[in-house]
Amino acid sequence: MTPLQKVAASILCALFALIVLTTFLLPAHYARQFRDIPNAGPSSAHPLGTDALGRDFLSRLLYGTRVSLLLAPAAALLATLIAAVLGSAAGLLGGWFEHIVLAATDLSLALPWLFLLLLVRAMLPLDVPPLVSVVIAFLMMGLLGWQASVRVICAAARGVRDSDFLLLARSSGCRPARLLVRHVAPNLRLLFYAQFFISIPLFILTEANLSILGLGVMEPTPSWGNLMRGFEDFSTLSANPWRLTPLILLVIVVMCFQLVLPSQEVAQ
Amino acid sequence: MIRRVWIVLALTFVSCWPAFAGPQTADHSGGELHFCLRGEPKTFNPLLVEETSSETIRYLTGGVLIRLNRQTQALEPGLATSWKVSADGRTIKFHLRTGLHFSDGTPFTSEDVAYTMKALMDPQMHSPTGDSFRSGEGQVVVQTPSSDSIVVTFPAPVAGLERLFDQVAILSAHSPKKEMAVLGPFYVADYTPGSSVLLRRNTSYWKKDQEGKPLPYLDSIRLDIQRNRDIELLRFRRGEIHLIDVLDAEYFDRLQKETPAVAHDAGTGLDSEFVWFNQVPTAPFAENKKAWFRSTEFRKAISTAINRDDLSRIVFGGHARPAFGPVSPANHFWFNVSLPVPQYDSAAALRLLAQAGFRLEGRTLRDSSGNRVEFTVITNSGNKSREQMVAMIQQDLSQIGIKVNLVTLDFPSLIERITRTYDYEACLLGLVNTDLDPNSQMNVWLSSAENHQWNPKQSKPATVWEAELDRLMHAQASATSDKKRKADWDRVQQIVAEQQPFIYLVNKDAMSAVSPAVVGSAPSVLDPHAFWNAEVLRLGADPALGAQK
Repeated sequence: MTPLQKVAASILCALFALIVLTTFLLPAHYARQFRDIPNAGPSSAHPLGTDALGRDFLSRLLYGTRVSLLLAPAAALLATLIAAVLGSAAGLLGGWFEHIVLAATDLSLALPWLFLLLLVRAMLPLDVPPLVSVVIAFLMMGLLGWQASVRVICAAARGVRDSDFLLLARSSGCRPARLLVRHVAPNLRLLFYAQFFISIPLFILTEANLSILGLGVMEPTPSWGNLMRGFEDFSTLSANPWRLTPLILLVIVVMCFQLVLPSQEVAQ
Repeated sequence: MIRRVWIVLALTFVSCWPAFAGPQTADHSGGELHFCLRGEPKTFNPLLVEETSSETIRYLTGGVLIRLNRQTQALEPGLATSWKVSADGRTIKFHLRTGLHFSDGTPFTSEDVAYTMKALMDPQMHSPTGDSFRSGEGQVVVQTPSSDSIVVTFPAPVAGLERLFDQVAILSAHSPKKEMAVLGPFYVADYTPGSSVLLRRNTSYWKKDQEGKPLPYLDSIRLDIQRNRDIELLRFRRGEIHLIDVLDAEYFDRLQKETPAVAHDAGTGLDSEFVWFNQVPTAPFAENKKAWFRSTEFRKAISTAINRDDLSRIVFGGHARPAFGPVSPANHFWFNVSLPVPQYDSAAALRLLAQAGFRLEGRTLRDSSGNRVEFTVITNSGNKSREQMVAMIQQDLSQIGIKVNLVTLDFPSLIERITRTYDYEACLLGLVNTDLDPNSQMNVWLSSAENHQWNPKQSKPATVWEAELDRLMHAQASATSDKKRKADWDRVQQIVAEQQPFIYLVNKDAMSAVSPAVVGSAPSVLDPHAFWNAEVLRLGADPALGAQK
């Protein structure tokens, strides 16, 4: 690991530690409105000022970091698991199974999944608590975000399929399930890691986009996405530059994940 | 290398040129006006209009017998050159313009008006516009003594009858194009669901300007379907659209800071924002919640616990007034000034709830069966001020132990829930008032009406006070004396204040934005604000569009 990667990993660790400690660090509850001071600038009581409804921006940022940074890796894990199982099996078995998996991947890539999310949101019961709604949003992202990884993993598994060690295992009477678990998966492990790390910033950005469209995390629960909803107003942003903090944090996190990633690829 | 860079830059500029140019303007032809619809139009049938997008299309395409001038608030001849209402207020006789044609060339005669009136009053049609004409039991009789005159007789007097015809777009009785054949200044030339509606100039339109030039001036109007208001504003600033008919306070302030000339505030408008609880008996949610929503004390407690002054000040930046009833104070004649102004008072709200059997346990309100009081408010996605209002209501109601959840839905899903499936608990939306007369709200207050949102299309009134509302609405609609009508309408406002079926929150100022490139614009308080005179609008010779130019 290079020094730069160590720094990136340290930042990520610090952020995750911050998530755990958020409850103790919040200057005020993230939903509490100080209605006498909406859109206030930084002060000792509100280090990052308040938002349009007078809510403490730092509290919302810290809690939003927890939402975005906990659920995005969970969604990435789900998407990578689906991709790993489907891609490895397709690459190993080949033939009609591989054709079906790749065709299904192409089909799902072609689907306008934004509309699918809209449809799912419209079909969901309305009385789900906000936190459950957030989890469902990320779950949907995880369930819909595996396609690109499947193609990569399938291609890699195809390479492993024709390798000598697999030929030896097969000739020894090893069954496909065992081949997959004991021989293919360990050899693709680093690729799985890579796909997982690539997916995290992708899901963070997706959640941000969904929130900007009003489809992600609902009020009053904060997330990086809905904290960035006011960014169209450049005049307000230039007068209140501290409002850019969620964007800066997002950029830092995405960069850190990308910096941590290359060592895995090199190892691969 | 440098040459290659220049080539790339040149290609980039050429490829971007149409985007910079925006909608083309031509002084002589009138050009193409661009603006946004905030939802998918649910219908092109003018008789079935019940939401803003379809209303916009009806306004721009529909030919009406009488048109209300949005600026002078006076009635002006449309397809009818003159009209006369009988002394008993039951009959109206129109003299029609002759030699007119629908947009597809079909001739216009009194038969078309008769056909439209029959369709409008057909109970099977469930026309929200038709509800305004229902003043009593019985059939509407339509007679056509000649091809240029028509007599419509209602079973009971209809007050303010002439004004109602501003909403009735005449359909063709014979055109194969059905409702797509129109008599208004524009016709629907193309519709791409989810994307845009293109209206083209109706060359058969009857109206001419003072110099005898045929109207409208504009060649076409492109209505882009854009639900997200941030994007709408961004497009206005970029010059991609020419006007924003209804501007939120936040955007108004922003635009006013940047370019004062494009932001117009016409003062307190007629539109209101309100929240209501679903009282439909067949609604698919728990019975205990239905019992809460049917409780007058519960609804009044919610109303009392909402701080409307804060809503006006914080969400609307002072560009709104707290609202307490169905009539805006801007409507000087019809507003009931004797209504008590309820004050924000959490303690009073808790007392009301205690009367209804609710009790506060710690920080949680529970009903008499011990259920936690919690409900979900739906509103349309992309509307920041409504989301902020719900967020503020969340905090206000948390003071009395009620948990409120917010769910934003895309507009078609929301309309589906509030008009067909009734699968929701509470909803926050706005009502666009197009007229000052109480008759324009018949389709809201009659218990049989489509827009009686808390419990629509009732076969008979579910409550005593709704029966009383029906009686009063019919009475005011059939009275010919303004004094009697005012007394009835004042009583309606009083009942609404007592029962709170709609919990009114604010009356917003009528704010809009119009690009300097649009010539002839004169924003008004009445809806539509910025394009009410679309037929005389044109795009100036200056190709500069939008706020940024």
